[in-house]
Amino acid sequence: MNMDRIILHSDMNCFYASVECMENPDLRRIPMVVGGDPENRHGIVLAKNQLAKNCGIQTGEALWAAREKCPNLAVKAPDYHRYMDYSRRARKIYLRYSDRVEPFGPDEAWIDLTGSPVLSRMTPRQTADQIRKTMSDELGLTVSVGVSWNKIFAKFGSDYKKPDAVTEVTRNNYRQIVWSRPVRDLLCVGRSTQAKLCEAGIYTIGDLARSGRGELRRLLGKNGEILWCFAGGFDVSEVKKLNEKTVGADYDIKSIGNSLTAPRDLVSDHDVKMLMYMLGESVGMRMREGGFRCGTVEIHIRDKELRSFTRQRKLARPTVLTEDLVRCGYALYKENYRISETAGIRSLGIRACALSPADDPFQLCLTDDPIRMERSETLEAEVDKLRRRFGNNSVRRAVTLGDSMSGLNIKADHVVHPVGYFA
Amino acid sequence: MGEFRVKCYVSVEVYYTDDGRLIPLSVEWEDGRVFRIDRAEEPELAVSESGSCGERYRCRIGSSVTYLYYEDPAWFVEKKVRFDQK
Repeated sequence: MNMDRIILHSDMNCFYASVECMENPDLRRIPMVVGGDPENRHGIVLAKNQLAKNCGIQTGEALWAAREKCPNLAVKAPDYHRYMDYSRRARKIYLRYSDRVEPFGPDEAWIDLTGSPVLSRMTPRQTADQIRKTMSDELGLTVSVGVSWNKIFAKFGSDYKKPDAVTEVTRNNYRQIVWSRPVRDLLCVGRSTQAKLCEAGIYTIGDLARSGRGELRRLLGKNGEILWCFAGGFDVSEVKKLNEKTVGADYDIKSIGNSLTAPRDLVSDHDVKMLMYMLGESVGMRMREGGFRCGTVEIHIRDKELRSFTRQRKLARPTVLTEDLVRCGYALYKENYRISETAGIRSLGIRACALSPADDPFQLCLTDDPIRMERSETLEAEVDKLRRRFGNNSVRRAVTLGDSMSGLNIKADHVVHPVGYFA
Repeated sequence: MGEFRVKCYVSVEVYYTDDGRLIPLSVEWEDGRVFRIDRAEEPELAVSESGSCGERYRCRIGSSVTYLYYEDPAWFVEKKVRFDQK
């Protein structure tokens, strides 16, 4: 008989707020939230401490609404570099228990203990408790830990009891613990999937597990089957290995993208072109730093009503040039969106996908001018050097001049949040 | 009168061993006084009462024991402050 795996999922409670409270003990005694900058329209609650939670403040809520609930609320701007530092330290702690540590965003990680020597000294629950204690002793942060035989139920366990707790989801208790909960509590079930499931009479995770696999496929396509596997505890996906030296920055890079909620709505083609160049410069520069060429360009647009869509296109040949990225992105935008004063764009993103090493040979078209291409590549590489020495805004595109938005330093402000389960 | 601790960054004279370990030799206090560290024990990761965390060195200076934190790349100590001083 196959032995079940032993997987832990550790979730740092109210991560950003806890780090701020850890760094500044005065904040522990007052309700506080970490929130974006309202001037740049990022004014939402990103994380809150327990006292703010007691006032009924919720993550994702607008800061003005949070202040209405709690007038003496302290708002702290996010300091992502510090959070990433804590995140790296936490991963180093997890690596003491297993080399299979897979981060899920900056504050969560799966740890696969199967076959780990620590299990000869402790039970999985004792290990989880020890991780909890170590995190508290060495980082001053609380974590909740889920223990189970698959990644999905381990994650469910860490969400089940918070803060600073351990929940074991075993083959004996998963029907009581997991199946009784609403379907929304399952990983990858969002608002719209929940609505579809409820319409079909599927309200709890147990309902989902007991439904027919075929029925779910008809209802939700391929994702329906995946969710059915999740609900029944049949997920067999592995916990990936983490490189101990890089502690997180070592996963295969599949794409490089950047998006931004603009400080004001974009209402003309010129606005879109400007922001797309600014984002494209950041993406292009990171792509060249990483030594990649991209074969596909993807754009993401969210309008004023928060409706969003993505479109992508394969390039005729792989490129390292910002110019090619933006030209393709802009063409995609023109084909798919009609902008006006009333149909403004709130947030815009551009992504370079289908990456390949920059020095790999590739097929030219008959009409290409390789000498011109090489010149452009040299030019952009030189501009990169200038930006590295004198700052990202030292050399700018003419299209970005004369607008209040043009001062944004998109590349420097960019932070990677690895969150997609299927990524 | 109660007291609490606040973080106080200090200048530290450090000896780097050939295998990359750091041994603090002396600490310069904010008023310019320099205290020679008689003995520093192996560091451990720990949380400071004053906020933040880092590698904590248990140091003996004369007859007293104090903790010195290395929060890469700076060093800090916990300064005692009385409530009425705040």
